[in-house]
Amino acid sequence: MKTPSYERVIEMPYSFRSKLWLKLKSLGRRIWLARTSYLMVAPFVICFVIFILLPVLGAIGLSFTFYNMIEPPRYVGLLNYVYLFTEDDVFMTHVLPNTFTFAVIVGPGGYLLSFLLAWLLAQLPGKIRTFLSLAWYTPSMAAAVAMSAIWLVVFSGDRVGYLNSFLLGLGVIDEPINWVHSVEWLMPVMIVVTLWSSMGVGFLAMMAGVLNVDSQLYEAAKIDGIRNRFQEIIYITIPSVKPQMLFGAVMAIVNTLQAGSIGVTLSGQNPTPQYAGQLVLNHIDDFAFQRYEMGYAAAISVVLLIIVYLSSKLAWALFGSRGDE
Amino acid sequence: MKLQMDKTQIVLTIILGLLAIFMLLPIVFIFMQAFKPLSELFLYPPRFYVMNPTLQNFTQLLVSVDVAVVPVVRYIFNSILTSSITVVVVVIVSTMVAYALSKHNFIGKNTILDVTIMALMFAPQAVLIPRYIIIQRLGIIDTYLAHILPFVAAPVSVFLFKQFVDQVPDDLLASARIDGASEWHILFNIILPICRPAVSTIALLTFQATWNTLEPSIYYIENEAMRTLPFFLGTLTSGLANNVAGQGAAAAAGLLLFLPNLIFFLIMQSRVIQTMAYSGLK
Repeated sequence: MKTPSYERVIEMPYSFRSKLWLKLKSLGRRIWLARTSYLMVAPFVICFVIFILLPVLGAIGLSFTFYNMIEPPRYVGLLNYVYLFTEDDVFMTHVLPNTFTFAVIVGPGGYLLSFLLAWLLAQLPGKIRTFLSLAWYTPSMAAAVAMSAIWLVVFSGDRVGYLNSFLLGLGVIDEPINWVHSVEWLMPVMIVVTLWSSMGVGFLAMMAGVLNVDSQLYEAAKIDGIRNRFQEIIYITIPSVKPQMLFGAVMAIVNTLQAGSIGVTLSGQNPTPQYAGQLVLNHIDDFAFQRYEMGYAAAISVVLLIIVYLSSKLAWALFGSRGDE
Repeated sequence: MKLQMDKTQIVLTIILGLLAIFMLLPIVFIFMQAFKPLSELFLYPPRFYVMNPTLQNFTQLLVSVDVAVVPVVRYIFNSILTSSITVVVVVIVSTMVAYALSKHNFIGKNTILDVTIMALMFAPQAVLIPRYIIIQRLGIIDTYLAHILPFVAAPVSVFLFKQFVDQVPDDLLASARIDGASEWHILFNIILPICRPAVSTIALLTFQATWNTLEPSIYYIENEAMRTLPFFLGTLTSGLANNVAGQGAAAAAGLLLFLPNLIFFLIMQSRVIQTMAYSGLK
């Protein structure tokens, strides 16, 4: 029997509504049942949103404006980005090349170094290993501020400076070098100081990873015809330690980024002498807190965030497991 | 495990040992400088070792009211207060979220997990401006909250702790639930004791981060009496090129700043290394 059309009209929305209602109800029930879980994640999520997510979104938003902290932000479209890439000579000729040199040596360079050291350490017996790893980790705990008092006298530009005095004594140099105020030496000093303090959490993680590789794997590999240590690293160690290596890589990226103010700390001025040690972070600081061009500074930070994001993508592509998703 | 060392191991130990000594030189130098009397600080040619160790620099640091309006003890007090509160808060917040993310199932869990892992590489320095604006709007400029709240959400701590909780067998939790234990009871009486190495590790990492940070003191604090030790040290060293007398005090402050990091790490190092084994990202 055919149902009269008016009944259908009423019935359809009703059943639809009730289905939606049921769905909502079950969703609500699931959320209610998981209320403890939500309570547990709430403090983290709230703080995360306020102090990490909003600042990132805020930087993106501000980057499209002119904002000097006095007048309200004024929308200027892509102007900041256009200026950054076409007219900011300091950015293109100093900041970007400096950052590239610094980041490539300190990032991947420091990372390879810490993997190599972690692997070498894992070859040694326990007591010696613990002692040496402590010795290498210690510098990473010394904050840039705590060390600034030390670097200042070590790299002091006159004869009284410890490094100058030492090298003069050895006869390597004839006259004192003004380490942190000279254009050619500031960057090498920054790199050495940063590498010195880069054996941090990532290094410990990789060492723990190398130590945890199942020794049966090595024995099986020997039977399968692996001849030397180099092959062992390539075919056994690296595949087994991949997850720790990825964590180490992510930590290396963060450390490189955070070390970005070392040039200013060492030379005691922003901008650094003739922009020799100027990195992206200093450039942001310079525009934000000395010239109060917040919108422009935000545009630079967005570019920085994109660079960091892309480098992490690269790290995931190299070390991430392709198994899941 | 071989206990006897072969030739390559001995050679390796010597090379790595020399490298370690080289790495430790600047650290040893902090100690040397801090205990040098004025005459040795400005000796020519400069000498690495201290001949007549003295506490002169520390007393000078304590009475150096003329350098700053606020006595140095106040900076130290602020540092200890803010970093210890931050450590406790971060540990509680991170363990809660890590436990929920590891052992519970709820809508939105995967999103939180993905975003947290992406935020592992978050560096606040990159977004200081919006962070400053937000902190200003919250009205916590010049309060201790500005030293603490920005650090509460710590993705690295959450991640490390979650990896550790993943190792706790589900059966153990299930049997506790059958016995009528609440989720909070499980978290505080089962998970936390089992994961003590991870708790130590995130406590240590958080302590190092907050104890050393300059960020709040420079950007979110305008009242000198609310600033912390790293900031004070910064003011000491920034004028050093012209002000020779401050060098001893700066070296002493540098040592004071570094020492707690070292002591805590030495106490907790075995637990830290244990935690790091589970740090893998897949």
